[in-house]
Amino acid sequence: MSHVLAVLEQRDGALRKVSFEIITGARRLAEALGSEVHALVIGAGAVTGTDGAGRFGADRVITAVGPGFTRYAPEGSATLVAERARSGGYAAVVLAATATGKDLAPRVAARLGCALAADVTDLTVEGGVVVATRPVYAGKALLTLKVTGSPAIVSLRPNVFTPVERPRAGAAETVAVDTPAGRVTVREIKAAAGAIDVAEAPIVVSGGRGLKEPANFKLLEDLAQAFGGRAAVGASRAVVDAGWRGHGEQVGQTGKTVSPTLYVAVGISGAIQHLAGMRTSKVIVAINKDKDAPIFKVADYGIVGDLFEILPRLTEEVRKAHG
Amino acid sequence: MKIAVCIKRVPDSATRVRIAPDGLSLDEAGVKFILNPYDEFAVEEALRRKEQAGAGEVTVLALGPAAAQETIRTALAMGADRGVLLQTDRVPADGLAVARALAAELTDGGFDLIFCGKIAIDDSNHQVGPMVAELLGLPCVTAVSRLEIAGSAGTAEREVEGGLEVVEFPLPAVITADKGLNEPRLPALKGIMAAKKKPLEVKPFQGGVTGIDVVRMTLPPERQAGKIVGEGAAAVPELVRLLREEAKVL
Repeated sequence: MSHVLAVLEQRDGALRKVSFEIITGARRLAEALGSEVHALVIGAGAVTGTDGAGRFGADRVITAVGPGFTRYAPEGSATLVAERARSGGYAAVVLAATATGKDLAPRVAARLGCALAADVTDLTVEGGVVVATRPVYAGKALLTLKVTGSPAIVSLRPNVFTPVERPRAGAAETVAVDTPAGRVTVREIKAAAGAIDVAEAPIVVSGGRGLKEPANFKLLEDLAQAFGGRAAVGASRAVVDAGWRGHGEQVGQTGKTVSPTLYVAVGISGAIQHLAGMRTSKVIVAINKDKDAPIFKVADYGIVGDLFEILPRLTEEVRKAHG
Repeated sequence: MKIAVCIKRVPDSATRVRIAPDGLSLDEAGVKFILNPYDEFAVEEALRRKEQAGAGEVTVLALGPAAAQETIRTALAMGADRGVLLQTDRVPADGLAVARALAAELTDGGFDLIFCGKIAIDDSNHQVGPMVAELLGLPCVTAVSRLEIAGSAGTAEREVEGGLEVVEFPLPAVITADKGLNEPRLPALKGIMAAKKKPLEVKPFQGGVTGIDVVRMTLPPERQAGKIVGEGAAAVPELVRLLREEAKVL
């Protein structure tokens, strides 16, 4: 029986949390196929956190260690994953649709000559074929696809495949590789202002034109901080286009599509292209002075009123709740 | 400097999506189509690189229906020199099938740089650019928000979770453009007039093998409007209680 290859992510020698989501998605396929999950992580040395991979359903955890892989090496990683996928005769290869996965998955797919279903939000197996569901038009519609390649290659949208504990052996292996890193090299990673990315954060607090001026985003940053490092600040297209916030924070069809556990929209009216980017959030809170704003039509909870009064109070209450 | 830009005709981001009677695709009735916003950054960057080099040619390449000629004309009006359309009534859902066709068209072009948008806002596949690069055996940097070229070496910045990667690569190369890379110019009247006379070649897209079968397109479940907890700051304690006890997200 063909197994499932889960391609994990690490940074600075530590497994990234999204890796457990990848294993969870891979596990789902493996259960349906009656096969095993083999997790692969690439690094320049031992990767901490791999001992947790078994807990979420990895039968084997393979660490490929090579001198060129201190940082993400696009071409060398593609070579390693494609070789492994080919030699192992895998039924499916599962990655995450993170910045790295979005770069790596198409390269692997092209090398294997197999289709990639990117950014999927649901996965099943029907008649031995991987069936993936993925949002299109930034979430205004869902496309269900049969991925007929062998292997079927899928990348999972972050924050959707909540890690589920399904303990397996997680047998650790280390393989030394001499694969060249390739022509494209990551010289350094500059840390961004926010430690947590809006596309990955479990909580997103987003601001729009209702904040009136760039300096007022301090109120949102304070709220994000009150959530104890689990929240990222997001922004509407209007304020990004106005230059108030960086494009990396933009939520919407021409920005990022996010699915956090909690999305707080502050001073955002809810244009269709913004709603497309955040409608799959688990819980949506809207704060707006206009009770007829479209954002209230998708919000689970709303407060109508002056955000400059509401935000400081909310920050205080959240801080208390976390205290 | 010889540069190619891969572009796509997509529905405007303000489009309200309705499903076509086939249950597999978008109902295009009344839909306004635009040049994919990320491809605008790609076209703009190509024009700037050509302008800096002082000489060269920018070719735009699209795969799509006959109406995508208008999309190509938009890029020509911005300043691109010539266009090629690989014409088909239906763009494959399999990005690799698209990439194969684009790569076959680009392979003998002798391009120093090939630009794409990092993602098309319709199918959101974010894969065609790096696939084209792999098929052509070229280095590729994806989702680039800053680019420097010096001779035959490039440095790019790309956003990753919580940071910016600084990436070095040799030319020729494929670059996919992110927002922030530049501010795309609006076509001027003179450019629009000139674009009408620029060469635009139309070739049939042959299709080919695809590894994706679309089973259905559906609308996502409607979100139920929730409740207005209250007005003003006085409603905050109740909101926090609901988030903790009812929604259980705190």
